[in-house]
Amino acid sequence: SHRRSPCPGRGNSHTWDRALCYFGFLGDSLRESRGIGKEVVKGGVGVSSASSTIYQSWPGKGEGLLNWSSDDSGVIHKVSSDQIEQLHRRFKQLSGNQPTIRKENFNNIPDLELNPIRSKIIRAFFDNRNLRKAPSGLADEINFEDFLTIMSYFRPIETNVGEEQLEHCRKEKLRFLFHMYDSDSDGRITLEEYRNVVEELLSGNPHIEKESARSIADGAMMEAASVCVGQMQPDQVYEGITFDDFLKIWQGIDIETKMHVRFLNMETIALCH
Amino acid sequence: PVHRALAFPAWGLLFLALWMLPRVLGMEENPEHNNHGNEGFQIVTFKWDHVQDPYIIALWILVASLAKIVFHLSHKVTSVVPESALLIVLGLILGGIVWAADHIASFTLTPTLFFFYLLPPIVLDAGYFMPNRLFFGNLGTILLYAVIGTVWNAATTGLSLYGVYLSGIMGELRIGLLDFLLFGSLIAAVDPVAVLAVFEEVHVNEVLFIIVFGESLLNDAVTVVLYNVFDSFVSLGADKVTGVDCVKGIVSFFVVSMGGTLIGVIFAFLLSLVTRFTKHVRIIEPGFVFIISYLSYLTSEMLSLSAILAITFCGMCCQKYVKANISEQSATTVRYTMKMLASGAETIIFMFLGISAVDPYIWTWNTAFILLTLVFISVYRVIGVVLQTWLLNKYRMVQLEIIDQVVMSYGGLRGAVAYALVVLLDENKVKEKNLFVSTTIIVVFFTVIFQGLTIKPLVQWLKVKKSEHREPKLNEKLHGRAFDHILSAIEDISGQIGHNYLRDKWSNFDRKVLSKLLMRRSAQKSRDRILNVFHELNLKDAISYVAEGERRGSLAFIRSPSTDNIVNVDFSTPRPSTVEASVSYLLRENVSTVCLDMQALEQRRRSIRDTEDTVTHHTLQQYLYKPRQEYKHLYSRHELTSNEDEKQDKEIFHRTMRKRLESFKSTKLGINQTKKTAKLYKRERGQKRRNSSIPNGKIPMESPTHDFAFKEKELEFSDPEETNEYEVEPMSGGIEFLASVTQDTATDSTTGKKSKGESANPKQDPPAGLKEELGGPGPKAPQEKRTLLNMHAHLRSAAARRVQSRRSFHRPKPLRYPKLQKLASLPQSCHILPHSLEQEETQL
Repeated sequence: SHRRSPCPGRGNSHTWDRALCYFGFLGDSLRESRGIGKEVVKGGVGVSSASSTIYQSWPGKGEGLLNWSSDDSGVIHKVSSDQIEQLHRRFKQLSGNQPTIRKENFNNIPDLELNPIRSKIIRAFFDNRNLRKAPSGLADEINFEDFLTIMSYFRPIETNVGEEQLEHCRKEKLRFLFHMYDSDSDGRITLEEYRNVVEELLSGNPHIEKESARSIADGAMMEAASVCVGQMQPDQVYEGITFDDFLKIWQGIDIETKMHVRFLNMETIALCH
Repeated sequence: PVHRALAFPAWGLLFLALWMLPRVLGMEENPEHNNHGNEGFQIVTFKWDHVQDPYIIALWILVASLAKIVFHLSHKVTSVVPESALLIVLGLILGGIVWAADHIASFTLTPTLFFFYLLPPIVLDAGYFMPNRLFFGNLGTILLYAVIGTVWNAATTGLSLYGVYLSGIMGELRIGLLDFLLFGSLIAAVDPVAVLAVFEEVHVNEVLFIIVFGESLLNDAVTVVLYNVFDSFVSLGADKVTGVDCVKGIVSFFVVSMGGTLIGVIFAFLLSLVTRFTKHVRIIEPGFVFIISYLSYLTSEMLSLSAILAITFCGMCCQKYVKANISEQSATTVRYTMKMLASGAETIIFMFLGISAVDPYIWTWNTAFILLTLVFISVYRVIGVVLQTWLLNKYRMVQLEIIDQVVMSYGGLRGAVAYALVVLLDENKVKEKNLFVSTTIIVVFFTVIFQGLTIKPLVQWLKVKKSEHREPKLNEKLHGRAFDHILSAIEDISGQIGHNYLRDKWSNFDRKVLSKLLMRRSAQKSRDRILNVFHELNLKDAISYVAEGERRGSLAFIRSPSTDNIVNVDFSTPRPSTVEASVSYLLRENVSTVCLDMQALEQRRRSIRDTEDTVTHHTLQQYLYKPRQEYKHLYSRHELTSNEDEKQDKEIFHRTMRKRLESFKSTKLGINQTKKTAKLYKRERGQKRRNSSIPNGKIPMESPTHDFAFKEKELEFSDPEETNEYEVEPMSGGIEFLASVTQDTATDSTTGKKSKGESANPKQDPPAGLKEELGGPGPKAPQEKRTLLNMHAHLRSAAARRVQSRRSFHRPKPLRYPKLQKLASLPQSCHILPHSLEQEETQL
């Protein structure tokens, strides 16, 4: 009974508990503000071994990205736990009340169909690198924790975090994007991969031919090379954009204000049919 | 564009002239004429009265413009003192002079002049160049500040003044609570003109700017409603105001703001639709933009809706479609004209604010009232901003820091809108109008001069995040686009209607319906942000390429690494026609050399006989010299004959080529002498890969199946005059050589489509064109040329390899020219698109 979910009757209480703990044990204040006893959380950790592994594998011990609630006003905490509830509801909706989601489940989202890079995005959800499970490959199905892990990449960065942490968050967010581009997980965005992405990006516009998309990708690649390498020897070959190069390209652009989704107003959910 | 831009000061004058017309009409009689009436016909008459008013207006404008020049002579002054403050001071001085001479304040800023002629250009400019995404991204914040903030300022200022008045400090005044509220409502609004004038020079970060500026634009509806409501209340009398009237006031706020916005959107729709069909009346195209948006202003003024909102939204909504529809030149005209009108209007406004202040009759001094007004508007602005920001920060992603709040509070400048409103007051109803007027003037002067002066040091001292102008980067745009899609997908997946969701839906709707309806077919294709950036970069590339060539006067620049900062991208954008137009336009703007070579004229006449109108896409050909004598004959009011003679281009092209060939000979010798030099070149080129590939982005190749291009070349070179100097023989040798290269590549692994595309290359690309020169009409033996080309090819391959990804194309069979081997591995960017080939075919 000490493992009672704070929101009883909300579906799969096991998953729910784990999810809560998943967020809970990262933010001490959340726990207190919600009045959840320590045992609850500890128990939760015990149960969800999977989440603790993720936690362990997370660089910086979960500071930042997974820490949804970091300042100490109670209002925000409540919102974030609401957010988890909402996301959980959504998860169940997508999965059809199953504990895991498969790729096919994403096809049920009507709004997603117009998205030109839909396949890339869906793939990112199953990418082991993003899920922090393996250095490459794709997962067949993801559970709610994984779902939250992906979602947490889009968590807004708190304003009052330190410089270091900000940099860390920034890197994590960029890593997500990088992984999306680097489809063969070799740590490099090659010209082929880049072209592929650009083609998909521009595929929304029926007037743009594939060829021009390619030449744009080539141009972008050259630009990237000149930004990252600068002077090149005549025989030097630019193999592709590495993650460090990627960071260089993004220098000066404040991604933290761009790459975030407002997980608020969850009541106004666009239901998937 | 310059020609057309010049047409527009006339408009400004026309507007002013219209305003003065009633006064002019009264002066039909010419005293001079009467005096000498019986002397018969006059050769020269002096009719000052006849032109007096427009003349004076023109003079004022001239003075204001000259003053601007003078201000900017000293960089020190303008970097410290904002221009608006300087103009006010100038106005005060000029007003003093006029007063000393005349003792009548004959020139004042009248509300009609201000609202009808001076304000619209400024607001239109603001709307038309509004960064829409930023604006709508912060719309909630802006609206809160604009609506709640303004109401708060108006109410607190009015009530506090009334409270103090009750305490008796101000002495006896014939005003009641409603008058105070009326005054509060007109003094509360932050002024767009003043904010723009000051913030443009401060360069705070864009979010901060858009919040303050957006607030100043959108608060107009609130100001209008509050002003009208209290004005009518004052005329009704305090005792007759009922609750119903208050409710009506609130309703009217919604009607005024929504109505104004709606009018703006409707007119924006009309404007976009009209510009879709202006293809054959390019010359008046820019006029539509101004006329229709001005009509939106007048219409909403007529319906007593918020005119500022109308014209702002008109500009904001139409910008995308209009910019896509009108030609590049018209776009430039619109841009310059709008800027010119706006900045001219701004100049006049501030100067006339100064001049208007010099009028002893309007001055009623009440120290307590004026000082307290100043204190109250500042204090309540701060309080209002802090309270609202506290509320907003709960919901905003990007928090507004304390520093931002300070700047926002301090940036609450009052300006000419308040002045014009206060002058509009009816003296019979508002007994203390003069006090209000003088207070408003003091407040405006204080905020514009004092706060305008100090805001810059304040921003520097607080280390407010400044805005930075950055070059458009292709990568940035691509990633940005990817981001938009990812974010909206995440919102879709997490199942919520967020900002990204809405934006995504809107852009889908826009693409599917609006763009199809409002954009030209050709424009629909090209309006893609990424393509635009790509296009821009290409242009820059081409321009600097040519500029570099011009500077050096030789081909040496091809080999040097000094053309950095340009991304070397493929020149074959999907819209050759647009590229051509804009390249030529930009080049013409940049290259100001005019050549009045007599030989050139002769050449031109001769070439007129040419019936074939071959359009070539060489960038080199694009910069043409126009012999002035000939140009005169082509005058037309309705057409701006841009590139009226392709033949002339061709001639100049030939001449340039000849010149370059001369200089090339010398360098070529150097290369052949030592291989070491060649290597050095190679290294040099390798240092910057992008510029190294500028000349190498394209390979000059002629496919045997498409020898039309080849023939055309021959035609070019075998011009009557040219043939005397060059033999056709070596040239064809060079081409043959090139053709064989193509064959190799074509049979290699690339598809036939590509080889097809390659054949179009020399026509499209400047580097290719240059190569042709080298390879083509050289008087030396073909052998030498071959080695040369080989070397070039080798250099090119070095660049190509670098561009190449690890997975290069398969090369199943060995190539004939080992040095050219790498050509086959050129990335596809080097191949032109198939459809551009089609384009060429049709032209031929």
